[in-house]
Amino acid sequence: MARGYSLAALLRHALSGHRDWPAAWRMPEPKASYDVIIIGGGGHGLATAYYLAKNHGITNVAVLEKGWIGGGNTARNTTIIRSNYQQDGNARFYEHSVKLWEGLSRDLNFNVMFSQRGMINLFHTTAERDSWVRRYNSMRLNGIDAAVLGTAEIAALVPDLDLSPHGRHPVLGGVIQRRAGVARHDAVAWGFGRAADQRGVDIIQNCAVTGIVREGGRVVGVETTRGRILARKVASCVAGNSSRIGEMAGLRLPIESHLLQAMVSEPVKPFLNVVLSSGAHRVYVSQTDKGEVLIGGRLDGYNSYSQRGSLPVIEEIAAGAAALLPRLKRLRLMRSWAGLVDMTMDGSAIISKTPVEGFYLNGGWCYGGFKATPASGWCFAHLIANDAPHPLAERHRLDRFTTGHTINERGAGPAPHLH
Amino acid sequence: MLSIRCPVCGPRDEDEFVFGGDASAVRPADPMACDDQAWTAFLYRRDNPAGPHDELWFHRFGCRRWLRVRRDTRSHAIVAPPLLAEDAGAP
Ligand SMILES: Cc1cc2nc3c(=O)[nH]c(=O)nc-3n(C[C@H](O)[C@H](O)[C@H](O)COP(=O)(O)OP(=O)(O)OC[C@H]3O[C@@H](n4cnc5c(N)ncnc54)[C@H](O)[C@@H]3O)c2cc1C
Ligand SMILES: [Zn+2]
Repeated sequence: MARGYSLAALLRHALSGHRDWPAAWRMPEPKASYDVIIIGGGGHGLATAYYLAKNHGITNVAVLEKGWIGGGNTARNTTIIRSNYQQDGNARFYEHSVKLWEGLSRDLNFNVMFSQRGMINLFHTTAERDSWVRRYNSMRLNGIDAAVLGTAEIAALVPDLDLSPHGRHPVLGGVIQRRAGVARHDAVAWGFGRAADQRGVDIIQNCAVTGIVREGGRVVGVETTRGRILARKVASCVAGNSSRIGEMAGLRLPIESHLLQAMVSEPVKPFLNVVLSSGAHRVYVSQTDKGEVLIGGRLDGYNSYSQRGSLPVIEEIAAGAAALLPRLKRLRLMRSWAGLVDMTMDGSAIISKTPVEGFYLNGGWCYGGFKATPASGWCFAHLIANDAPHPLAERHRLDRFTTGHTINERGAGPAPHLH
Repeated sequence: MLSIRCPVCGPRDEDEFVFGGDASAVRPADPMACDDQAWTAFLYRRDNPAGPHDELWFHRFGCRRWLRVRRDTRSHAIVAPPLLAEDAGAP
């Protein structure tokens, strides 16, 4: 049975009423040991497994997921993909990610529905304008597409935006990254999972890691709810649970777990074909392919593992969205949800070896790790395979907090709520 | 919505407060005497527990005092009556 998705396969399966499509991935029993165990079957864990197999020929790999793959933040995020970063370390890393996104559906033989509809960040004060223009100028120096927009250009792109001078925060202008966009979150987990499975990776769901087994200071395997599984390389990709896995390895990490919420309205006809964001209103808005208005904003603001957000924050975020796009006032919210984000103390991610030999850490994606999924897997697989950082992620070390080489995009002090 | 019982003002909604983070992070008495590991442990590393967490909250729209609150990060239940931080011996 052909496993590739194609027009021919679609026609062939039409003859049998689409009833005999093969499962997209196997459901194997865990083996006694692997070369590499990846903890966490979100986008990052699955992408790491895929690139370990594809780029490095390492296929004796298991991805252990406590629930179902892609059920964590991968399924809860608002899917904005962009590379509008300024700092060395971040700028080229995220640009590499956008480039991987641009070829991802073809590479995975799975439509991740990457839609480069562009993202506009509005500014409302001259100070905000200066900082955005500076950032977008430095992007251009790094070869990343970036442009500054006046209000007339913004009005043409977003006719429903309130550009009156009487608003709470009148719009002065904005910046746009035209190659930015959105993708289908589930498809990213399923596409990487299926492609990794086809290269021999075992995806093991309903398998929670409960301990990291060490011998003489180095990792030799993990304890799980489905028994002990051995591996001399164990790599963590568990987002908001990073501190828990870190603790199992005897590490205290520079991370706090926080809630980030998002919500969708009832579906309406297309009226918004860019991603729109405003720092002053602390809100961003896009419209999904189903027509829902997808709205996100700030963290709830206190440590949590509950995956359940607080209503005042929803009210505040919805109010911000309605201030930008007054017509939203008449829509009803359909659903809201929260994800567990791993906030680092400088707002940048960690792709790193650790003081524990054989234990590798991928985490601290704060509230922006979806866009990083391909590059994160790419660089983490390189690190695991070679025991040396990928050049694009050599600044994302865990020990940067001790050596003083933090990557602080916002230029604020140590606080777990930066990005 | 959390309801935090301020020892001064009584039970108040969470949006009157500002979260001040982990109350167990104690600034070393003599930072200059710290090595990099000790300073990093204070400045950046956190236990970040899934369970009871001692944390600081500032009652911004109330008495403007710092409280020390013990809250379960899994359920958000406040598991001990909040105290004024100065009474709790918090920094
Ligand atoms: C509301 C919201 C909006 C967001 N919006 C954006 C956005 O617009 N753009 C963007 O780029 N990013 C966004 N993010 C951030 C993004 O979702 C994450 O950074 C990214 O998805 C993290 O991917 P991951 O694979 O590391 O984590 P996850 O998808 O969370 O995967 C981690 C997996 O680890 C598993 N796990 C945990 N503990 C264990 C254990 N002990 N054993 C086994 N498995 C375990 C979990 O079940 C989970 O499936 C948003 C996040 C949220 C919550
Ligand atoms: Zn008070």
